[in-house]
Amino acid sequence: MVGIVLISHSSGLAEEVAALARQIGGAQVPLAAAGGTEDGGLGTSPDRVTAAIEEVNRGEGVVLIPDLGSSVLTARLLESPGDVVLADVPFVEGAISAVVAAGGGASLAGVLAAAEEAWQVRKL
Amino acid sequence: MNTEFFAAWIDEIAAVVRARRDHLTQLDAAIGDADHGANLDRGFTAAREALTGASPRTPGALLVLVGTTLIRKVGGASGPLYGTAFREMGKAFGEAAEVSPAELSTALDAALAGVRRLGAAAEGDKTMVDALAPAAKALAQAVRDGLKAEEALEAAAAAAEEGAGATVPLQARKGRASYLGPRSVGHEDPGAASTALLFGALRAAASR
Repeated sequence: MVGIVLISHSSGLAEEVAALARQIGGAQVPLAAAGGTEDGGLGTSPDRVTAAIEEVNRGEGVVLIPDLGSSVLTARLLESPGDVVLADVPFVEGAISAVVAAGGGASLAGVLAAAEEAWQVRKL
Repeated sequence: MNTEFFAAWIDEIAAVVRARRDHLTQLDAAIGDADHGANLDRGFTAAREALTGASPRTPGALLVLVGTTLIRKVGGASGPLYGTAFREMGKAFGEAAEVSPAELSTALDAALAGVRRLGAAAEGDKTMVDALAPAAKALAQAVRDGLKAEEALEAAAAAAEEGAGATVPLQARKGRASYLGPRSVGHEDPGAASTALLFGALRAAASR
C-alpha cells in the first residue's frame, strides 16, 4: 500500500487532518503526521518528516502532502523520483482523497492523481 | 580562500545574526511569522557547533556540513533555502583545498540556481533572491574586472544590501508574505535582509 505523510507547520493541524482522513479513508492506510518543530513550535522538522517517510514506506512509494511555506520546501528536499513524491494539493481535501485512493490499493501515480482531483472538488 | 576562511565566514555570520536577531524578527513580524531571527540564530549556532565537532578539511566539505545543519535545525522556510544554497556552494567547490574569487562566483551561481529551483522565486518576488541574485551578479562582474578578493566581496556585499533595500516597495509574490498581498508593501523582506547580512559577513571574513 502507498504511504502518505501529512506535513504541516502545526503538529496539531497535521494530527487532526490525519485523524479525519483515517476515519473517512480507512485505518489500514500507512499514514503519518509530521507537524511542527522538535521543540513543539510552529515550523517544520526535516528529521521528523524523514522518520515519518520511513514509518509509512511499505515499498510501494510515499506521497508527501505539505501545507505551506517550509513544509513545501522540506517536502521538496526529501523527494525521490518514483518513490517519494510531493502532491501539490489542498491540504485537507488532498489528504482525504489520497488516503481513500491508497486504501483502495491505488499505485503511487494513482494516489497522486486522486489527491490532485481535490482541486476540482467544490464545496458548493 | 581556504577552509579557515570559510570557517571564519560562518563565525562572522553567527555573530551578526545573533546581534541582528531582534531586527530580523521585527522585519518578519511585519509580514511573516516573527521567527526569522530566532530561526537563523538557532541554525547558525548549530552550524558552528557542527564545524567544531567535525573539523571538515576542505571548503566544500565545510559548506555542505553547514547546509545540512541549517536544513535540519532552522525549522522555517529559510532552513531548506539557505541549506540548499550552502550545499550547492560546497558541491561546486568539490575537493579543492583553496578557491579563487572566480570559483566562488561559480559556486554562488550554483547556490542561486538551487534556491530558485527549490523556492520557484524570481527577482522582484520580494524574497532572498532579490539580494542573492544581485550579489552573484556583482561578484561575477568583479571577477571579470580582475578585482582582488576583498574588493570583489565588497562589491557583492554592497549589491546584496542594495537589493535587500529595494524589496521595501515590492509586493510579495512568494513566501508567507505573499498571503498578505498589498499589505506586504512598505516592509523590507526579512530573507533578503538576512542574505545581505551573510554577504556583509563574507566581506568581514575577507578583511580579518
